[in-house]
Amino acid sequence: MASDGGVSCLRRPEMINVGGIGGMESPPLDVDEVHVLAVDDSLVDRIFIERLLRITSCKVTAVDSGWRALEFLGIDNEKASAELDESSSFRQVPVVIMSSENVITRIDRCLEEGAEDFLLKPVKLADVKRLRNYLSRDVKLSNGNKRKLPEDSVSVNTSPPLTLSPDSSDSSPPPLLLSSDSSDASSPPLSPVESLSSPLSFPLDDEDDDVSTESSPTPEESPVRRQKMRSPSLD
Amino acid sequence: MDLVQMQKSLQDYTKSLFLEGVLDSQFLQLQQLQDESNPDFVSQVVTLFFQDSDRILNDLSLSLDQQVVDFKKVDPHVHQLKGSSSSIGAQRVKNACVVFRNFCEQQNVEACHRCLQQVKQEYYLVKNRLETLFKLEQQIVASGGMIPAMELGF
Repeated sequence: MASDGGVSCLRRPEMINVGGIGGMESPPLDVDEVHVLAVDDSLVDRIFIERLLRITSCKVTAVDSGWRALEFLGIDNEKASAELDESSSFRQVPVVIMSSENVITRIDRCLEEGAEDFLLKPVKLADVKRLRNYLSRDVKLSNGNKRKLPEDSVSVNTSPPLTLSPDSSDSSPPPLLLSSDSSDASSPPLSPVESLSSPLSFPLDDEDDDVSTESSPTPEESPVRRQKMRSPSLD
Repeated sequence: MDLVQMQKSLQDYTKSLFLEGVLDSQFLQLQQLQDESNPDFVSQVVTLFFQDSDRILNDLSLSLDQQVVDFKKVDPHVHQLKGSSSSIGAQRVKNACVVFRNFCEQQNVEACHRCLQQVKQEYYLVKNRLETLFKLEQQIVASGGMIPAMELGF
């Protein structure tokens, strides 16, 4: 199965100067600026998501595979499980999944496994703006604002901004990881990050012809975050 | 043809592409991302799409021509083409890919050959239309005009 993509947002300046591909000479981030790591094996989608993110004032690094994403984050895959322990700052990197597969059970599973949100492809500017909103440190969020989706529908009207669990020692919200489900070939095995970015272990139904496009009066928006069943985990 | 006529032609042409279902609203999303700082964004992405698609269609032809067709190779290609065509709003290409993938799942070689032809047909159609669209835009810009914003109420 070919890849979808992912985006990882690195808020802390020190996370940017990690290994990185093609050099990461960049000025330090503004306090409100967010650095997003986008993962997608499709060049067209990478360019597209990169532009969407830039237009919403994110700094973007786009990579073509889960392997490169780990490389960029400076996670040595062999030591991955040791490095990504309970106290690792990487645990605070929120993950958002992007996929063209419009299957509720799969979407739910992503969210239950700890994904912050799920964007249905093709991604729209409104989706990214919504994401951007809850990365802004000025937005007050609370777990109580999360709404459970009606069972029979995936697309709903715009949700209120969502809260990321704040780190008590850090006033700024943790960065965001937006990840599309990747092909087996391009995903590193057995890494905690991979477990979030490659939900291909589920059975896949190609139900995306259910997604209505021009026949609907409003463009289909990505599903609202569902209520989390348990706290995010990188296991 | 004067500038106003050219702009009207462009609008009518674009509108016809939507009405024929060649393009869908995702193409409008693409246009929203174009501005003074990125004045060629749409044509750049579409050009990438063409290059990508040419490669994928070539690979698909080769894969389907094998004695024994490896659907594990065929399906990811179709999935990728489906994804990229969906991202730029090439609706009919995307829909043809959906049908194609169903037959891949069934491992129906003959049907897949037909699907490939269908996908190619839709692809060359949208390619031709978009190239025409970009030419119209270039003519307008060359005459010192602005590209009219696409009206959504049709």
